[in-house]
Amino acid sequence: MSRSAYSVTEITRCIRERLEGDPALQDVWIEGEVSNWYRSSAGHCYLTLKDAQATIRAVIWRTTVDRLAFVPQDGESVLAHGHISVYEPQGQYQFYVNVLYPTGRGALYLQFEALKQRLADEGLFEEERKRALPAFPVCIGIVTSPGGAALRDIQNVLSRRWPLVQVLLSPTLVQGEEAPVQIVAALQRLYARDDVDLIIVARGGGSIEDLWAFNDERVARTIVQSPVPVMSGIGHEVDFTIADFAADRRAPTPSAAAELAVPDQADVRGRLGALAAGLQEALGRRVSEGRRALTLQLQALARLSPGLQIERERQVVDDLAHRLLHAQRHRMSLWREQALSLERRLGALDPSGILRRGYAVVWGSNGRVIRQTMQAVPGDPVTVRVSDGDFRARVEEGQ
Amino acid sequence: MTQDIQDLPFEGAYAELESVVQRLESGELSLEEAMSLYERGQMLARHCQALLDGAELRVTILGGNEQTED
Repeated sequence: MSRSAYSVTEITRCIRERLEGDPALQDVWIEGEVSNWYRSSAGHCYLTLKDAQATIRAVIWRTTVDRLAFVPQDGESVLAHGHISVYEPQGQYQFYVNVLYPTGRGALYLQFEALKQRLADEGLFEEERKRALPAFPVCIGIVTSPGGAALRDIQNVLSRRWPLVQVLLSPTLVQGEEAPVQIVAALQRLYARDDVDLIIVARGGGSIEDLWAFNDERVARTIVQSPVPVMSGIGHEVDFTIADFAADRRAPTPSAAAELAVPDQADVRGRLGALAAGLQEALGRRVSEGRRALTLQLQALARLSPGLQIERERQVVDDLAHRLLHAQRHRMSLWREQALSLERRLGALDPSGILRRGYAVVWGSNGRVIRQTMQAVPGDPVTVRVSDGDFRARVEEGQ
Repeated sequence: MTQDIQDLPFEGAYAELESVVQRLESGELSLEEAMSLYERGQMLARHCQALLDGAELRVTILGGNEQTED
């Protein structure tokens, strides 16, 4: 008997930890038949997976159930992925499911996952390998079926957005046993040319079986060998094939691939308009600048011009002329004053004034003015001038 | 001068047009250079427009007998 005993809780905990600590049990795929499927009010699903000799209880949480594309029925074979643990209150080991597929497909999904992992490990899907798409492709090669909706959709989109591009269709089957080989050949036919700058691999929607050719290893390896960027537009939005991972750019559908592949001419026309307007504006600005510079030069020139000098000189001359005139006038008025005063003085000395006062001028017969008495010989005729005229007289007595 | 523009594929003409506008906007050109650059820009824009206006999608089917459908 051992010295210490586990409680039920402890031993159960211990078992649980053993199971959870085993990596093989934490990431398992299990195939089995569904039975006792039921859904709780909380939305979680409980079921039993079984085969001929054993059963295992399984749980699917509501969030996973909501994501399931289908609801398994009792009796159906499924392939499930999840981890093993213990539900302690019931001492029950359980399989907690996070992925569930019906088996026919399940096998395919397993293959898909395995191949995907293997190629990823080889580095085929590395981001660094992915090439950028050309901005304005001149020639696009399309690998798809000639009669399919995928080609029609792509044509419509390209025609609307960028009819400038040339399209080369490299036809192939897109479904069935011979499809992978044909897809490879179709790709290589494009690789052999030197005028293709982008390749689109396209196929319309379908089930995983329908799209299976694009999960083929040969197709994936051929895609990564392409000398030009490859886009994939396969199936619907939710479908992912190995070809999608191998491509330089995945699009959810063929139309989406065409949209990503080329610019939209509406946008580009708009941009052309803006550029043309930019040309006008820039030239206009440049001309204005030129005009401004010219005006400044003209103004500087004008300041130095002879015309201006002449104007200035003319002003000086004008000024001087005015001063001259002014000076002359002044002098003239001075003279006038002087002349006036002289006139007055002269007036005062005027003999006729003296005569008016009563004096007389006497001339002798010899024509000389008599000033002294001795000149007056008695009996001589004399001429006497008074203020208003002359008369003759004779000297009566001398002194 | 115009012949080389006619031969330009869309991408080349468009890229040159962008660079012309940039240079013109930089304002470091003589008036003469600006005018001649403007002329070239206009020709490039017209060429791009013409390429778009005249385009019709051509699809050629490869493999053996190559047939072209428009």
